[in-house]
Amino acid sequence: MYGPTKPNRPNFLAIFFLQQTLLTFLLERTARFYRRSNSMARYDRAITVFSPDGHLFQVEYALEAVRKGNAAVGVRGTDAIVLGVEKKSTPKLQDSRSVRKIVSLDTHIALACAGLKADARVLINRARIECQSHRLTVEDPVTVEYITRYIAGLQQKYTQSGGVRPFGLSALIVGFDPDTGVPALYQTDPSGTFSAWKANATGRNSNSMREFLEKNYKETSGQETVKLAIRALLEVVESGGKNIEIAVMTKEQGLRQLEEAEIDAIVAEIEAEKAAAEAAKKPPSKDSQV
Amino acid sequence: MECVFGLVGDGFALVAADSSAVNSILVHKSNEDKIMILDSHKLLGASGEAGDRVQFTEYIQKNVHLYEFRNGIPLSTAAAANFTRGELAQALRKDMDNHLERSELKSLDLTPISVGIITSKFVVTTILAPSVGTAQPKGCIGNGRDSSIAGYDKDIGPSLYYIDYIATLHKVDKGAFGYGSFFSLSMMDRHYHSGMSLKEAVDLVDKCIVEIRTRLVVSPPNFVIKIVDKDGAKEYAWRETIKDAEEPTA
Repeated sequence: MYGPTKPNRPNFLAIFFLQQTLLTFLLERTARFYRRSNSMARYDRAITVFSPDGHLFQVEYALEAVRKGNAAVGVRGTDAIVLGVEKKSTPKLQDSRSVRKIVSLDTHIALACAGLKADARVLINRARIECQSHRLTVEDPVTVEYITRYIAGLQQKYTQSGGVRPFGLSALIVGFDPDTGVPALYQTDPSGTFSAWKANATGRNSNSMREFLEKNYKETSGQETVKLAIRALLEVVESGGKNIEIAVMTKEQGLRQLEEAEIDAIVAEIEAEKAAAEAAKKPPSKDSQV
Repeated sequence: MECVFGLVGDGFALVAADSSAVNSILVHKSNEDKIMILDSHKLLGASGEAGDRVQFTEYIQKNVHLYEFRNGIPLSTAAAANFTRGELAQALRKDMDNHLERSELKSLDLTPISVGIITSKFVVTTILAPSVGTAQPKGCIGNGRDSSIAGYDKDIGPSLYYIDYIATLHKVDKGAFGYGSFFSLSMMDRHYHSGMSLKEAVDLVDKCIVEIRTRLVVSPPNFVIKIVDKDGAKEYAWRETIKDAEEPTA
């Protein structure tokens, strides 16, 4: 009773049981968190999960992001392919030259896109590397289809990995095949699908642009192709060289960005043609009828 | 037996290289172009083992192009020279048996080359030649792969860089390597002065070629001369004593 006494040993049994209950409690909480309930919201959390009706929601949300991006149109002619992009109003203090929306991937391939611009930067960088890498390994420039397949493959990879989100952009890829010299226009989207087009649009109001193109597309060359692309863009964009960026890809000259003044001139031509068409459609004035 | 030399003149830089492709005692061809045009205003003349030389110079060329696409403007000559030198330096120090991690060059696996090329190293990443299809190098230091980069920049004019097989980099007015350097350097020391006109420079090159042909025991028969000036990099002339047989026409 007197003298130093041993300290009470902790009640190991009690601690053990306490720990067990704590653990099962936490486990239950996390299990409940991950348990698939019937609400659709559960299926959009991770990209790798299909919903019961076969949707990959993250991919569809990425497509939404594309639909919010700036309008972009591509038109394939017989000797040139035209890319057009809507230029949202630049802030006064911004140096607009640093914002290039139509970029060249190689001397004979160009790309325009709609959607998340930062994602575009990453994809464009990888595509540029692939263009040079292809030249290095097979001594041949890439074909348009090859580089499109590469970009689309990259986009698809990010729809099937854990912990990553898809690229939020659709790209319009144009170019001339190095062997055949045939012009080509391809489109990719966040799901990683791609296909060739005679003319296509993506981004904001792409449906109206595509409808316009379906109604008015015909094989054109040179300036006519440029006009068609601008007319499609003007359906959804305020007119003016300030709001449109146009680039023309030809076999001989590669990618050429049009100056604002040039675009303004073509827009004026288009407006004049439209006015003339309207005047022709108007019924004869009452004066002529007696 | 390979001779590459170059010099800087008035508003231009010039590189001359022999054009024989040799394997031990066999001459494969006498019109091999060893001066690669890196981009519109840059030349890379390299000597050394054929496979490594081509592999490395093409790799440098593609990276120079990549830089131009990424940044919208071409690389300066100094930057290109430093990039090449750095790539060479890295290749020399790479442990081939245990692939060491290299931070900038993540997914691409560059097998080292035993080339002495004059080029500068890039910090920008790259297309390293992918591991599929790269030439397997024989060793980290080869038989002396050297190269020279000649370029023309709008703001500083023409410049010439000497890079040797262990990644020494020097900016020079005249440089040479290979066995021919013994003769061409002496010739250039005697006759070179800064600001030579194109005609004077080509005369000097011809003098060097004559020396090489006279005094080198197994001298290369043909040479190619390329220049780079404000209008770009282009082939200037060939100096041939042996013409390869024409392709038989059908």
